[in-house]
Amino acid sequence: MREAELRERLAATGYVADETLSMALHLALTLGRPLLLEGPAGVGKTEIAKALSEVLETRLIRLQCYEGLDAGHAIYEWNYQRQLLAIRADGADEAALFSETYLLKRPLLEAISQEVRPVLLIDEIDRADEEFEAYLLEILSDFQITIPELGTIRARTRPVVVLTANGTRDLSDALRRRCLYSYVDYPDRETELAILSRRAPDVEARLARQIIGVVQALRREELEKSPGIAEMLDWAGALSGLGINDLSANPAQVQATLVCLLKTAADRDALPPEVMARIVGKVA
Amino acid sequence: MAVTRFPLRAEGLADRMAGFIAHLRMNGLRLGPGETVAALAALSAVKATDPDQARRALKTLLVPDADAWRRFDDLYDSYWFNMGKQRQGEANVNVRVQSAKPALWQSHLGADGPEQESDAGQLDGGDGEAEGTDGRLIATRTEALSRRDLRELMDEDSLRTAEKAAQDLGRALRDRRSRRRRQAVRGQELDLRRVMRASLARGGEPLDLPRRKRPDRPLRIVALCDVSGSMTTVSRVFLAFLRGLISVDTRADAYLFHTRLMRVTDALRDRDTLRAAGRLSLMAEGFGGGTDIGGALRTFNAGHAGRAVNGRTVVIILSDGYCTGAPEAVAEGLRRLQRRAHRVVWLNPLNGWEDHAPVARAMTAARPHLDALLPANSIEALAALEPEFARL
Repeated sequence: MREAELRERLAATGYVADETLSMALHLALTLGRPLLLEGPAGVGKTEIAKALSEVLETRLIRLQCYEGLDAGHAIYEWNYQRQLLAIRADGADEAALFSETYLLKRPLLEAISQEVRPVLLIDEIDRADEEFEAYLLEILSDFQITIPELGTIRARTRPVVVLTANGTRDLSDALRRRCLYSYVDYPDRETELAILSRRAPDVEARLARQIIGVVQALRREELEKSPGIAEMLDWAGALSGLGINDLSANPAQVQATLVCLLKTAADRDALPPEVMARIVGKVA
Repeated sequence: MAVTRFPLRAEGLADRMAGFIAHLRMNGLRLGPGETVAALAALSAVKATDPDQARRALKTLLVPDADAWRRFDDLYDSYWFNMGKQRQGEANVNVRVQSAKPALWQSHLGADGPEQESDAGQLDGGDGEAEGTDGRLIATRTEALSRRDLRELMDEDSLRTAEKAAQDLGRALRDRRSRRRRQAVRGQELDLRRVMRASLARGGEPLDLPRRKRPDRPLRIVALCDVSGSMTTVSRVFLAFLRGLISVDTRADAYLFHTRLMRVTDALRDRDTLRAAGRLSLMAEGFGGGTDIGGALRTFNAGHAGRAVNGRTVVIILSDGYCTGAPEAVAEGLRRLQRRAHRVVWLNPLNGWEDHAPVARAMTAARPHLDALLPANSIEALAALEPEFARL
């Protein structure tokens, strides 16, 4: 699949990717290397994996990372309770106990034992501990997992791996070296307008322009949490749900819908109606 | 734009690509020979004759982090295009500054180099001497200071003491593990008592396996150090202090600021002292100039705080509070920081002076947003911080 074709097919699923990102995805598919995506929260990093799995028409297997995530939760675990019951029931022998029947597959093992290559999303890898990150290196470079009782399980098909990070902590050089890298930033005006019209086609063109104008202006303000794309879409949904066609026409209602965009008390205080009126006035 | 004409001896694409990788490596990206091969493979996957496509492909492949992501386009232009030759001046900065490290760093970073050995020999007085170094850091009269050699004020011995004080401090914060164990979903050991109790309900079969572990709650240190003009006399000791903080705890984080803010954790941790000096001197432009504490805090909050600061972080600010920016900005920055961090502590070298009143307006503005404002006028004061920190 050429890069331009990939971009078109992503757009067909509702994901508008810019050239840099589609190149990164194209290379990840062609070279079979994991792709590391970084950028602020809410720019659609997780969405990329979902869109990609839709384009490739395969399963999306997701591993959400968190502090304290360990191999048992990410790779595999023995179903101890079932094993114990089996022993009590008919005194099963040891070989039977450590077989696939009692193996609980967690996302990583699941991903490498698929017949059709899946998209493996390792979300917010920077939240996991460093030990886990190191463990991941083996899987990402060789696509194999060793289970002492069963032996080594090799990947039948190489999954397409997408990792995302928010910058909670620094990732190791070793991990970065194995991955392709792309920095996903807030989209520019045209791209964001395209996203909005793709995802919410019933929003009128004039309102859409105003929405994007306000959101882009808010990102330039000094807020504690800048609104992301998801917030923008929520807001657009709220506005059209209320039947608002023009932001400047109904300031009180617009102010009330700001709960979709502003997520901290300080940010709400930073945007009183007068300031909003000024911003809306500029884009209207 | 005109494509660079390569020398005749350059043998085709592979050679040029190797040259490009070397060019990037010289500019601080860590790339191995494996990347050259991968880069050629990547080019074969795209339309390599289209410079824009090639750029995007190589960017994805060769860039390791957000910082390099922003620099890559300039580096690419400077290598592949004649047009970039003007820009190359910027890239060359690295090379130039390598040899010109500011005096401030030279002897401190050479502290474990061989030429310092003789120095250390002279001062060798055993550990018991530590208390003899009181108040060397700052004399009481500033006029007298101005003409004196820095080395005299801050010999290797006091630098080492400063580093030691920082290490003690780091340990005081770090080793706060509980001896008691608590129930946990994932833990090192089985909670046998609970296993037994739960098995009763299952006819004696230990089906549920509750676990327990030691709650592990170290406090992480993030230090912001002022290196502006007014801090020159104490900068070296504070740098030694920072280095001490960094060396005991792998998760500690350090920043320097004057009119800008930069992260120096990796540079301070670098074992190769020559390279560390090179890297630090790159950041040293603006050393000894003005200060913008508010601006530095804003940059920190916007760029680094999300990653570096959480509810188990102690933020240490080393500054005298004299700044050119608006005091409101300092207050605002600290207010945000305090909400994110566990504690915010300000170490002020002026504070230990007798009859010193915090007249700096920034200091007055900052006061309500600090958990502690501690003196740091002498090495003794630094060493005395440990019990203060243990209480945090």
